[in-house]
Amino acid sequence: MKIPSAPLLCIAAVLAASPLRAQQAIVIEKERFEPGKTKPILVSLSGLTGEAAQVLQFDLYVQGFAFTNADAAQYLLSGSINGNLTGRATDRYSKASLVAKSYSGGTLRRQVHAFADDFVKALGRQGIAQTKIAFKLDTGANSEIVVSDFDGFGMQEVTKDNSLVAAPAWVPGRLALYYTSYKLGNPDIFHHDLSTGARKIFARYGGSNMSPAVSPDGSKVAMILSKDGWTDLYVGDADGGNVRRLTRSREDESSPCWSPDGKWICFAARINERRALCKIPASGGELQRIATSGVLNPTEPDWSPDGKWIVFTSMMRGFEICVVPAEGGTATVLVSGEDPSWAPNSRTVAFARREGGRRVLSLLDVPTKQYKDISRVSGNSGSNSQPSWAK
Amino acid sequence: MKVSKFATLLVLGLIVATAATGCRKKPGYLTPLPGTKPGTVGDVGPGAPLDTGKTTGSDIKPEDFGGITSNQPGAHFGWLEDASMFKQDTVYFDFDSSAIKSGEKSKVASVADYLKGNTKAAVRVEGHCDERGTEEYNRALGERRALAIREELVRLGIDPTRVDTLSYGEDRPAVQGHDESAWRLNRRGEFILLTPP
Repeated sequence: MKIPSAPLLCIAAVLAASPLRAQQAIVIEKERFEPGKTKPILVSLSGLTGEAAQVLQFDLYVQGFAFTNADAAQYLLSGSINGNLTGRATDRYSKASLVAKSYSGGTLRRQVHAFADDFVKALGRQGIAQTKIAFKLDTGANSEIVVSDFDGFGMQEVTKDNSLVAAPAWVPGRLALYYTSYKLGNPDIFHHDLSTGARKIFARYGGSNMSPAVSPDGSKVAMILSKDGWTDLYVGDADGGNVRRLTRSREDESSPCWSPDGKWICFAARINERRALCKIPASGGELQRIATSGVLNPTEPDWSPDGKWIVFTSMMRGFEICVVPAEGGTATVLVSGEDPSWAPNSRTVAFARREGGRRVLSLLDVPTKQYKDISRVSGNSGSNSQPSWAK
Repeated sequence: MKVSKFATLLVLGLIVATAATGCRKKPGYLTPLPGTKPGTVGDVGPGAPLDTGKTTGSDIKPEDFGGITSNQPGAHFGWLEDASMFKQDTVYFDFDSSAIKSGEKSKVASVADYLKGNTKAAVRVEGHCDERGTEEYNRALGERRALAIREELVRLGIDPTRVDTLSYGEDRPAVQGHDESAWRLNRRGEFILLTPP
């Protein structure tokens, strides 16, 4: 086949760009948002009631939308259910139709999630309503790893070991997890293929094998090991080989995560008697501090997929979810809670909230500080914690 | 009941060990201590598949302090466990600290004395935390508490190959409750006596 000539390429580029241009008129934020201070986008809903309305309201609330009546909203959403869902979204000011689709197949919940995603995508954002989370479910004296839809529905136990588990971590883009399990009598790190259920030991060294974090390309895993006599940061290949020690200190290192370009591992440490967030090249090297001005005792960092933010837990009087620019700076306190995990949209985070001596999971929209608890398994009074959002 | 559980473990251990020696190359990066068996690796048994169905700053100088290498898990695989022998020797810690308080050191010494008089026995130190602290922070803190006790045992003359450690973080509180009266009893290191089968 002949390579297209330059003018043809130009035309192709213009054609390809034009739908993007058309969209740019309604892109709400290309710029970095201001955490916790951004106003929600007002939408209205007609035609849907009951479960369908609840699902849509939840999906959009945790992505920075607020529901109001039709004469105050920027976007008008409407739906009808006639066996299947028909959904519409219109810009009240420009009168532009953003979504006009009918959905078939799956469950009604799934259809509403798809509509929510289509609406959010029409605004130039990434939808998260059909994503999954993994978390730790306390079952009494023990705990299991579970996976559910991002809103807590459709929960499935993926371990049934009657043992302790901790710190599930998704392999990006794959249906697989790493987590700590005490099944063999020692806290070891397992790899768990969720499509087959097959499991392998990833790290089983003397002492404790903790806090796995998978690199964005899935090829490496950072973790905390104590095999050399103290708790330090290590990194290994995805199959458990090539384990290297990255820190050697008498201080405490915990909770590693990766920069989205895979170059850095960020973790919580203590420097000169003060807790701080740090990053270290994934191939080893000099530690650098990430400033978190305004808050104390930062821990549990998670780096946003777009690379701009690090969300973390600050241990002050209680636990606070905070966010700081990835290069460091002044931290913004968002809401009480711990162990945040970014959604793929780089604006929503899942986190654990303490309530009456147990933990419940909640989803927080970082720009607006809006948050809502996810659904819990009925009859289960145990804690839900340590969420990991599939990306 | 306890015996049958250990028998099962032992059989399982043999199967795993056979599988491990049969098809696994010992990874070259491991540095097991003299006298310890390499960690058992192999089949952990399946978990559940997911039914996707329809739902589908400033620089820091690193400091090398030369810690004492941990035992491989499995070094005391199948040994009998006794959690009651050293119950009164449980070591308690201050909030967010892995330093052994001077008043607690006699407990470690008492365990060291026992191990000196029972040269075949070993001990597992289990580190625990109160609920104040995030889960993974506490898991690491519990391990440091266990390691601090291990270092003290070694300082008192116990061979490090006789001391295993692990951390339960805040997952196994001794006392339920959400105030200092419970917390102070939950920040602890427990000794499990291990005797060869």
